[in-house]
Amino acid sequence: MMSVKNWPLWEIFVRSKNGLEHRHCGSLHAADADMALENARDVYTRRNEGVSIWVVESKHITASNPENNGELFEPAQDKVYRHPTFYDLPDEVKHM
Amino acid sequence: MSEDQIKSLEKEFEARIARDEKIEPKDWMPEKYRETHIRQMSQHAHSEIVGMLPEGNWITRAPSLRRKVALLAKVQDEAGHGLYLYSATETLGASREELYDQLHTGKAKYSSIFNYPTLTWADMGAIGWLVDGAAIINQVPLCNTSYGPYARAMIRVCKEESFHQRQGFEIMLKLANGTEEQKEMAQDALNRWWWPSLMMLGPTDDKSVHTAQSMKWKLKRKTNDELRQQFIDQTVPQADLIGLTIPDPALKWNEERGSYDFGEIDWDEFWQVVKGHGPMNKERMKARVGAWERGEWVRDAAMAYAEKAQNRKEKQAV
Ligand SMILES: [Fe+2]
Ligand SMILES: [Fe+2]
Repeated sequence: MMSVKNWPLWEIFVRSKNGLEHRHCGSLHAADADMALENARDVYTRRNEGVSIWVVESKHITASNPENNGELFEPAQDKVYRHPTFYDLPDEVKHM
Repeated sequence: MSEDQIKSLEKEFEARIARDEKIEPKDWMPEKYRETHIRQMSQHAHSEIVGMLPEGNWITRAPSLRRKVALLAKVQDEAGHGLYLYSATETLGASREELYDQLHTGKAKYSSIFNYPTLTWADMGAIGWLVDGAAIINQVPLCNTSYGPYARAMIRVCKEESFHQRQGFEIMLKLANGTEEQKEMAQDALNRWWWPSLMMLGPTDDKSVHTAQSMKWKLKRKTNDELRQQFIDQTVPQADLIGLTIPDPALKWNEERGSYDFGEIDWDEFWQVVKGHGPMNKERMKARVGAWERGEWVRDAAMAYAEKAQNRKEKQAV
């Protein structure tokens, strides 16, 4: 039997300890945000993997399309001058 | 897209995998890759879910609180494994409802090992030791598989599996060192679970249809026969250590191969169970479908409550 209305999908982000960022660890289904938090606690932090959880309904995430990776990311590829190694300095210069 | 375009995309796709690059959900992929992954990953998820049933059967009858909390945690982990894997499968565009539906209507398969009954407490030991042991051998290579979400789920699963196997072996160890009856119980469980565990690693290489393609996509890194040999070679010394006898008179160390030779596997039995004629196939499906149906009103009520709360919030905002 299928329910009239299925529980929506939520993306789960967990901060493993203070000082670190939240990281995406998977998704789950829940009726609302509170339930998503509780389910995330049981599914993704059974062994102290987290001190903080974010849940976001999957439909609210906008993702870039890999087909556009050229336009999006290639412009950064030829900008070597954004890296410290681009600059020629004499070996005698210290702490730079 | 023209056929030539697809051909060249496919070539580039295979090259990426050969270079050990990962494929992520929104990347272009051949339809066959998507289908094969949905099938394998969802079967894997179903196995974790149905796999809870034979052990769940013993939670209330665990012989001590220590054993009970361990078994409960183990079974809960298997639920978690099922959920990681369903969630990874959904990234390929299959919905959870459709996956459940395939399981509940018998369209999708799950590991046939779970169609055997758990008759005594020693079966909890044998399952953790042998069934989770064989599962680990199957799963470790998948931590490196080409599909990113699957590989990540498997890393999580593998981290959790080793406790499963150790708790099972500890049960066997305790029984094997116990009274005469306890030792017999352990031996009986080993006798019943040994051969199905060997079958769990899949048909022999000459009968296995998917191997070549699966190797290319890193859904498989070793053949079924190689995995089976690895399982036997690592398990026999463990049985020796606790004084139990592997129920195979043909089992013998082969000095030349540096491996154990072993007896004929009853593949007729395997195919009978796969086709639905195992001792517990009907029972497992009945339990699973029953749980799903009895939970329907709860799912509906949770949804109705969520909608009501949402409406209330919106009204207040006006
Ligand atoms: Fe598992
Ligand atoms: Fe397990």
